[in-house]
Amino acid sequence: MQHGKYRFVVGFLAVPLGLYALFVVWPFIQSIYYSFTDWTGLSPEFKMVGFDNYSRMLDDDIFWKSLQHSLLFALLLPVVTIGLALFFAFMINVGGRRRKGGPVISGVRGSGFYKIVYFFPQVLSIAIVALLFQFAYNPDSGAINSLLRGIGLDSVQPLWLGDPNLALWCVMAVLVWSTVGFFVVLFSAGMASIPADLYEAALLDGANRITTFFRITLPLLWDTVQSGWVYMGILALGAESFAVVGIMTTGPGGPDYSTTVMVLYVYQKAFRDGQAAYATTIGVALLVVTLAFAAAVMRLGRRERLEY
Amino acid sequence: MKTTETSAPVPAESGAPVAKVGAPLGAPPKEKKEGAVLNVFSHGMLVLWAFMVVMPLLWAVMTSFKDDKSIFSSPWSLPDKLHFDNWSRAWTQANMSDYFLNTVLVVGGSLIGTLVLGSMAAYVLARFDFPGNRFIYYLFIGGMSFPIMLALVPLFYVVNNMGLLNTIHGLILVYIAYSLPFTVFFLTAFFRTLPTSVAEAAFVDGASHSRTFFQIMLPMAKPGLISVGIFNFLGQWNQYMLPTVLNTDEDKHVLTQGLVQLAVSQGYKGDWSGLFAGLVMAMLPVLAAYILFQRQVVQGLTAGALK
Repeated sequence: MQHGKYRFVVGFLAVPLGLYALFVVWPFIQSIYYSFTDWTGLSPEFKMVGFDNYSRMLDDDIFWKSLQHSLLFALLLPVVTIGLALFFAFMINVGGRRRKGGPVISGVRGSGFYKIVYFFPQVLSIAIVALLFQFAYNPDSGAINSLLRGIGLDSVQPLWLGDPNLALWCVMAVLVWSTVGFFVVLFSAGMASIPADLYEAALLDGANRITTFFRITLPLLWDTVQSGWVYMGILALGAESFAVVGIMTTGPGGPDYSTTVMVLYVYQKAFRDGQAAYATTIGVALLVVTLAFAAAVMRLGRRERLEY
Repeated sequence: MKTTETSAPVPAESGAPVAKVGAPLGAPPKEKKEGAVLNVFSHGMLVLWAFMVVMPLLWAVMTSFKDDKSIFSSPWSLPDKLHFDNWSRAWTQANMSDYFLNTVLVVGGSLIGTLVLGSMAAYVLARFDFPGNRFIYYLFIGGMSFPIMLALVPLFYVVNNMGLLNTIHGLILVYIAYSLPFTVFFLTAFFRTLPTSVAEAAFVDGASHSRTFFQIMLPMAKPGLISVGIFNFLGQWNQYMLPTVLNTDEDKHVLTQGLVQLAVSQGYKGDWSGLFAGLVMAMLPVLAAYILFQRQVVQGLTAGALK
């Protein structure tokens, strides 16, 4: 297989690698460089300013708010989403009662139906989901408040996205709504590969469902849970939170900066306020947060790998 | 549930319809009460979540057939009659047809480009030893965990300087570049699992490297290409962040930004029913495709995370 090998390797790699270097790698390097300049993005002139942008960032209250919200997204969202998804996946796959003559372990009836339905939000664009819920949250004519009125709760009519104390939770709820299904299906696939005799043995020993879950399912599923955790965290720090916060909230990022997240703040500084260099500085902070998050999950979650 | 086989449903379970359907025959009831409560709770949660997922979607479909007045006065009432004019208005006046066309062009071009370029790079990285192989591989993989927004600020100016801003082909190139990390990651692993003997035999018979790749390896990699193709199709079809930054010309808008734009402008025009029709119009093709190719879609989307 050696003949003409290098020519072939170069020929096949040149275009994809060139495209990737030009549109992905090069801008990343540039943006770190720009964070040390006073570039506005509007004119080609700029000069080096050292760490000015960074010290400005540390004094920027809105930056701290966005950091706080982003961290909340990265830490809380995966916990809630993955927790719910594990519960649903366990019920769907292992929670069924034993049928006579059937396998020892079985899912609930209708498990196929649940898996199909739960996955719906995953195939929709997060932008469409955000628009839909923006209407549902509308205090006067939205679906949620009129449902509350319909069941006699006329006094409970929150402003939802208009209430600075509630808006962030509303946004997070939408992200949970749209991602739980993906993890249910992901964990279901993982649970299906756990051998049934492990469950049989546990059941013979008199373990109940809760014990079975914590002693058998969760440990054997740990790798999948962990990579799902990182995946969810990166989404929650990046593209998904940009879409939901940017579309749903007033401002966007409001009311009163109560929902702004780092990724949105980068966008606003660069493309709305003409402060490209400062935007890349916040972007670098976002990069640090993302990498630290991924490293922390991988490290804290490290366990002895179980072979089965 | 649990360890026991049960017979007719215990009374406490009648609240959970799914449990009732699942009740087997025979065997005496010997469950503990606590188990029954847990069972009702669990099934109740499953049903509740299914309801919560479906309701907003059904509500959107229903609203798209109502007139503007009843959308505001009674959000949950059924439409007085099916207002199909909302749909035709959205399709023609609100530019939904243009947004669809743009999206089809962008996604079609980038999907083909991603699969061709991604599989070429992945094949070389999986099968050939050369200096820098590992470095290039990790360079690609690294792109998966970096926040894209950081690169988008300079990228805007890179694309602008090349005269590619607000063009369909510019957007296609950027989509391909940002789809490569996952595609290369996935397909490299896939090519490694394919047997080497077939390619070697072809090579001994005098086929060139590129001929071996296109005529032998690519057909063998079809299952992997389908999975990663579905993953990229959905990701690119639903993409919102890249076009928001790089595609600001309204005539070139793709579906997601078009709808967001519509939501902003309809606020002034007051044509909410048309907007809902547009939303449902954008939702239906992907939902229909998902229901038809459910198994493949699920495999494609979960394949990466399970590796």
